[in-house]
Parts: sequence; structure tokens; C-alpha cells
Amino acid sequence: MNKNYFEIKRAGINTTFQDQGRSNLYHIGIPFSGAMDNRNFQISNKLVGNETNSPVIEFAYQGPLLKYFGDNIKCAIVGDVKFIIRKNDNDIEGNCYQSFTLENGDEIDIITTNKSVYGYFAISGEFDLEYQWSSCSINTKANIGSNNGKRIEDKQKIYISKINKNLNDKKLNYINTKIEKIRVIKGTNFNYFSDEGKNIFFDKEFVVSKLSDRMGMRLDGPKIENIVDTNIKSEGLIKGVIQVPADGNPIIMLSDHGTIGGYPKIGVVISADYDKLVQLTPGSKIRFQEVELSSAETLFKLYDLETQNLISQIS
Amino acid sequence: MIKNISNLGDAALYCDFGTEVNKEVNNKVIRYFKSIQKENIDGINNLTPSYNKLIISFDLRKKNFQNIKKSIENLNVINDDKLENNKIKIPVCCDEKFSLDIKRLEEKLKISRDKIYEKFFNKEFFCYMTGFIAGMPFLGDLETELRAKRLETPRVKVPKGSVGLTEQFANVYTFESPGGWNIIGNTPSVIFDSSKESNPNLINPGDVVTFEQITKDQYNNYNE
Repeated sequence: MNKNYFEIKRAGINTTFQDQGRSNLYHIGIPFSGAMDNRNFQISNKLVGNETNSPVIEFAYQGPLLKYFGDNIKCAIVGDVKFIIRKNDNDIEGNCYQSFTLENGDEIDIITTNKSVYGYFAISGEFDLEYQWSSCSINTKANIGSNNGKRIEDKQKIYISKINKNLNDKKLNYINTKIEKIRVIKGTNFNYFSDEGKNIFFDKEFVVSKLSDRMGMRLDGPKIENIVDTNIKSEGLIKGVIQVPADGNPIIMLSDHGTIGGYPKIGVVISADYDKLVQLTPGSKIRFQEVELSSAETLFKLYDLETQNLISQIS
Repeated sequence: MIKNISNLGDAALYCDFGTEVNKEVNNKVIRYFKSIQKENIDGINNLTPSYNKLIISFDLRKKNFQNIKKSIENLNVINDDKLENNKIKIPVCCDEKFSLDIKRLEEKLKISRDKIYEKFFNKEFFCYMTGFIAGMPFLGDLETELRAKRLETPRVKVPKGSVGLTEQFANVYTFESPGGWNIIGNTPSVIFDSSKESNPNLINPGDVVTFEQITKDQYNNYNE
């Protein structure tokens, strides 16, 4: 049992297990969590022949350095990631979006994500993980999910409960594109802001702040003036909601967000742009563009279709 | 009963029950919340009831705003008397190492700590909603003499189990978390337990909560 495992020689900045996340728990204060960039998460699984919602390792900026012990296993790394596969002290530059084989004693050094935040590491088979509410996604804030709800740490071991053998190598030609225009639907408190504030929101450039993580993305830029009330009675939040607190700097809610908030909502990022949004690194410049609900629905259909097409190209 | 349904982004409904915060309005929110849970409508993947709003999230791959809106408009809403509410007692120790803001509150409210405790303990509070962090209950209403604003500069870390007051509400920090509520004590009771998947929250919307003061010894020897 569990004779196949990784030893974590360096955990990286924010390395967690993620899958599709958990639903129907907002009312008790638990958000969806799950892989931040859903498209790349699904692709990583397909490249190693797994179901597209299987648990993978998600890393941010600097990823983990893992040493492998066990039978040969197929793996894939997805995103815009610089990594090295080390075989007998021989360094091989890794390529994203194509599977590779690890042998006993090999190391993978996930050095950094390039011009993006999140990357995914998938194995052909299953990690040995605990599930909570049908998901092993780690929510470090509530200590929920696998690994006792804590991020992966130095020196720990990650066990593999199942390896799929006899798999052919798979590859996808895909280049991540970066977006500078984030499309949004007006929020429920849009009219709390002055005309000038509204114009600033849609016309001016904002910069992604360093104070961004899986819970939220803070933005710096011109202040958005509130003319009604800088607080509302606390109410539910969803992924993509853009709140503007009293200081006038917008905060976008991301996958591990608090489920209730009391700041006015100026807008909501459309579903089609979420995967690209989360990949914006601190210092990135963005602008918001208004779209109507019906366009947002169409844009999501197209985005989802494109994702399904990419996945079906992998065989 | 819902005053207005609008969209919150492209994958959620924003159901507005009005601007007031009181038990009557919140009861309507909870009745809708429980009715939707019972109906198990395909595509809905999250519900967030709050004081006077209900947010319904759905899977945009399966449904859209118009479909879900129609389902909600045609919903069979359960009657008030079918609502089950538990009565829960929460022990709180107000030892000085726990009552981080009691001095500040005495100054803000211009009443003594004994008066504050007298007006807070052994009174029934109603749970309006849970959330922000997992399992955190928002309880009300505090007597008008106990209503104070949040701290001007929120704490970076509020200890787990802290009992806080803000405006007409009381809450319990189920995890160590940043926060700006006025902390008057700490409970040894487990308010959120993720190992109980079917019911991790000790306190749920609609429940009635009473706080009881305990000594430091009782706190240290607390056993559920």
C-alpha cells in the first residue's frame, strides 16, 4: 500500500490540492474553493488520462520541488510554467501541456510561473487524499479539505493510491493569453457611486496589488467615490464580485472569498473572464468594460465551448 | 414576498426582501432559503441568506438567469410554522484576557461593564444568518444601550471563540480571523466543526441563542 509517493523538498509559496471545489455551503460560510483557473485544471487532468475533475496540485508563483519514489508514472504540468525534470543529476527543461514519465528517484523542480499566477501538476492516477463535502480542495482559512486543510509543507510526503499504467503520451498546442480588459456586469450598488466614480471605474486603468491571494484581488488606482453609504447591510457574495470599501480601492472576490460582505458592489466579473482574471500578477494593468447580461451569457457559452474543444483535442 | 429579483453578475440571482433588518423580514428570507433547499432545483449550486437578501448561485452551464428566476417565482414557499428553530446556550468567559474591548466599550457606551454584561447575558438572540467565515453566526438584536460601532482599525487577528458586538448584533469568531467587532469575552464551545459534514454549524439561521457567563475555572475545565 502507498509504496508510491512524492517527498516535498520545497513546498513553494502556496501549494494546495484542488479539484472542482464544493457547492451548496455558502449558507454556512464555506465558499466554492476549487482550482482557480478551471480551464487549465481540466486540461492538466486530460493530459494524464484522468477524469477532468480529479484532484491536482495547484501552485502559485514558485511551485514545489518534489522527489518521486515508486513505479513509473505519467505526469503533466499546465499553465505558463518554468520547470525542470531532474534524472540522475541530469537537468531536462520541462514543457507544459505535454505528459512526461517520472521514474524512481526523479525530481521535478517547479521553478516559477511566467507572467501568470497559477499552475497545475497532475499525475496519471490518484493522490491519497481525504474528501470533505465531496471535495479535497484545501481551504486554508477554514482548514477544510485534504491535508488537514493546510497548504502543502516542506518535508511532507504525498502518497499515491493508484497509478494508471500503459498510457500513451499526450500533448496539446495551447498558449495562454493574457487579458487587459475585464468584462463586468454592473453591480447591485452601482448607483452608490458618483458619476465621476462610475466613469473612473470604466475608463481608467487599475493595477493589481500585491495583496492578492486565493480569497481576493485588491486593486490600486484612482479612487472611486461613494456618495450614498460606504457600508451596506451584510449580504452574500459570489466569485467575481467587485466591492469598493470606504478607501475607494476595488477588491475582487476570488474562489476562497468570505461568503458575506458589507461593502457596496460596483460590478461583477463575467464568468467567461474569471480564469484569465485570476492569472493576473501583481503589477498587471487592467481596465473594466461593461457588458449586458445577455452578452455575458453568450460569451460564457463560447468560452466553455472553446474549453471543451481544447479538451477533446487531447487523446 | 420578494420585493425584487435582479441578477448579480451572470450566474446568480439577487433576491431583495427590502431594506429593513428585523426578524419578520429575515424569517421570509429563511423560508425561501429552506423552500429552495427542499425543492432541490437542478442547476442551483449555492444559496446565501442574509438579513434581508437571498443570493441564489447557479451553474451557468446548466441554467441561466431567466430559467432560475422563473423557478423561484413559481416556488412553493413553506409556511412559517414549519420552521424549526433550536434553542442554544453558549457559555462565555469575560476574564480580562478574553474581554479585549470591554474598556473601550465602557467609554463608547458610557455604561459600566457590569451593566453591559447584565444587558447581554441571559437574553434571547435570534440568528439572522451564518457566514463570512465558516459557521460565524450573526445574532440580534442587542438592546439600544449596547450598540457601538466597529473598531476604527480592525484587528489583524481576533482569537478563535471571541464573542463580539457591533451595532445591533453579536457574533462568535469560529476561527482566528481579521475583524473589527468589539470583543467582550470568549467561548470554549465549538461553534463550527468541519468533521460533522451533515451539520457542521452549532447555530443556524432561525435559531435562538442565549449567552451565559462562566468563570475562568469553568472555562478551563469546559467539557462538551
